[in-house]
Amino acid sequence: MSNLEPAVHHSPLGDYQARKSVHPKRIDGAFRRFKWLIMAVTLAIYYATPWIRWDRGAYAPNQAVLIDLEHRRFYMFDIEIWPHEFYFVAGLLIMAGIGLFLVTSAVGRAWCGYSCPQTVWTDLFQHVDRFFDGDRNARMRLDAAPWTWGKVGRRLSKWTIYLAIAFWTGGAWIMYFADAPTLTRDFWAGDATSIAYGTVAVLTATTFILGGFMREQVCIYMCPWPRIQTALMDEHSLLVTYKDWRGEQRGSIKKAEKDPAAYGDCVDCNMCVAVCPTGWDIRMGPDISCITCGLCIDACDRVMGEVGRPRGLIDYITLEDAKAEAAGRAPRAAWRALLRARTIVYFVVWASIGAGLLFLMGTRTHTDISVASDRNPVFTVMRDGSVRNNFTVKLRNMESRPRLMRVTLTGLEGGAMWTDTMGAERAARQLEFTVPADETQSLRIYIVAPNGTQTQDIAFNLLALDGQGEGDVAETRFETPAGGS
Amino acid sequence: MANDQRPQVPHPGRRIDVPTGTETVGHEWDGIEELNNPLPRWWLWSLYATIVWAVAYVIAYPAWPLIEQGTQGVLGWTSRGQLEAELTAEDARRAPILQAVMAVSITQLPQNAALMSQAVAGGAAAFRVHCVQCHGANAAGSAGFPNLTDDEWLWGGDLPSIESTLLSGVRHPGDAQTRTSMMPAFGQGGMLSDEQIGQVTQQVLSLTGRGQASAVGGELYATNCAICHGTAGAGLRQFGAPSLNDAVWLYGDTAEAIHSQIFAPKHGVMPAWKERLDPATIRMLAAYVHSLGGGEDFVEAPADPVAVESDEQP
Repeated sequence: MSNLEPAVHHSPLGDYQARKSVHPKRIDGAFRRFKWLIMAVTLAIYYATPWIRWDRGAYAPNQAVLIDLEHRRFYMFDIEIWPHEFYFVAGLLIMAGIGLFLVTSAVGRAWCGYSCPQTVWTDLFQHVDRFFDGDRNARMRLDAAPWTWGKVGRRLSKWTIYLAIAFWTGGAWIMYFADAPTLTRDFWAGDATSIAYGTVAVLTATTFILGGFMREQVCIYMCPWPRIQTALMDEHSLLVTYKDWRGEQRGSIKKAEKDPAAYGDCVDCNMCVAVCPTGWDIRMGPDISCITCGLCIDACDRVMGEVGRPRGLIDYITLEDAKAEAAGRAPRAAWRALLRARTIVYFVVWASIGAGLLFLMGTRTHTDISVASDRNPVFTVMRDGSVRNNFTVKLRNMESRPRLMRVTLTGLEGGAMWTDTMGAERAARQLEFTVPADETQSLRIYIVAPNGTQTQDIAFNLLALDGQGEGDVAETRFETPAGGS
Repeated sequence: MANDQRPQVPHPGRRIDVPTGTETVGHEWDGIEELNNPLPRWWLWSLYATIVWAVAYVIAYPAWPLIEQGTQGVLGWTSRGQLEAELTAEDARRAPILQAVMAVSITQLPQNAALMSQAVAGGAAAFRVHCVQCHGANAAGSAGFPNLTDDEWLWGGDLPSIESTLLSGVRHPGDAQTRTSMMPAFGQGGMLSDEQIGQVTQQVLSLTGRGQASAVGGELYATNCAICHGTAGAGLRQFGAPSLNDAVWLYGDTAEAIHSQIFAPKHGVMPAWKERLDPATIRMLAAYVHSLGGGEDFVEAPADPVAVESDEQP
């Protein structure tokens, strides 16, 4: 308590860290080309998918991928998912989670480096930067330059392109939830729902801000995934590593020429830092900032090639292999890092879930019957002493065409059934209904049984009267005042 | 983290922590110091943005509770107002259905399956509000309150009869068209002795094959009961006289219950709903009640009502 000092007065902003702009330099190489490929594929999938048409006949939409929230249907090419089959989606999400475990345990933060949307869009925006303002040095100069009209113009035109990309991104999203051509027309005509405009506005804003300005700050400060990954990686996971045992003592070529014994392979050119999309210096070791995109490997390999030294001063390597290599032992083949118990177990779990889902998908029927008996009253005694039970029966037709279906009453001797829309005089043990395409038809079915009938189990048998001949059974109970087994 | 932020020279009053190379914030509590890993500045701006948002929200929407009433907000939004707007929109949506229901005669309603099912759904909703108090959640009734799911109808079970009962009620005071009938209190009024009531009770039970029919009982029944309930106990809907020869008993089927009903009968009352509900809602209620499993087909009434009764005469 004795050394209490008067508080230092300063601006509150001083306690917070200002962002340091990152201006990654252009680089070409194997990993850069891989990133281009991934970017092209993922963006093409994202923007183009809703526009693929898929003929499903007259009773279903012809959009290949459609999440029809209004009608509670999810279409994906030849697959149609109903709400009660949501476990398929849950299964896919579990596969995605375990897939990330698998990928992370084997190749580290590959998701972060190549296919994370934040990475892809940041990469895209950085190319826009490069197109408008030139490469790293030109951009740094422009950043530091005073705000002239020329700079304002360049910034505004660049941000306009940012905004256009962001808008396109937000606009593409809503196409998954409605017929894309119709929605596009409605959107520009002002006839779309407010949800559509709101969603586009929000996603445009987030893309503009997160991709255009926040960039690596999202990975470093906002994203939980880098934190989770720390726990998922081990000494066998691939990491982008600077081989300090080979690189140190770093120094320029000139210094190294004077005293070759004192210097390692690193020529301290800083290229690895210049190309890094998050501004990290890989020579300081792995960090939450390193998304393992491999661009520093491209940069270093190029420099090593130019100065006539072997490539791979920065490389994908496991911690275990790094230790071995530093100790002078021969490195193991890369596949050894991929094929080990942990990755195999992850893969088996992942693949089993996938196989299970495929099996369920292949064996599911498109015809269902379900029944709920009235609980109040459980039975009604009629004037002649006969007993009536009421049931709500649902016939599910998951085919995209109307189907004639037959419901047959099993059990209950002397019983007959009818519906609330037909008269009791037409009661029968077998009723036929035309169930509309792609719908669940709800029926009120009344069953009456003679006086003295015991409480007993009964069943409704459903048979689709088409070539497919699918069927289903729903069991329930017929309650009477007489009681029974 | 992203960039090498570590200061080489600490600020005054702070020091560099050796193992981490990070500056402390300059405070010390019993030897415990805090490292200065600053939050990003955009985080602070986000905080300021939420404060601005909160101020704008408080101005725009109801916010501060005061003694009498809260602050109103300049947008004038209220949850009650929103509810009213939604109810108005719902009324507007239902208006065409109600019009269509009233545009056809009730006997024609079942011919239009789509309209009928809309009417049944609307009636089910209205039933849950206005009818369940007496007739029960699924119209199953209870002692003294008719079960509407069976095929026993005091005043008729076709659509026009049910609608008529709904419109004018049963024994509803002040309504000229209300369904009215009154069974005499044979015991309380001194018309029959206790013994005689017992004999009539047995006679009534015998109509469903239970009690002991007797000559005296038959005589008493023919004199006092048959005029309304029919010789064979078939009942008479014109007077709302229940049938006594079936399995459905409004006030119970035991000898005690029947005895009590002859001694001093209870008489149910139903309000005339035309005083409270619009005609379309009443028609939809009729459709719903008719659909519950006991509804009867409408048959054009014969010119001479006596012809109906003649069936039951010996």
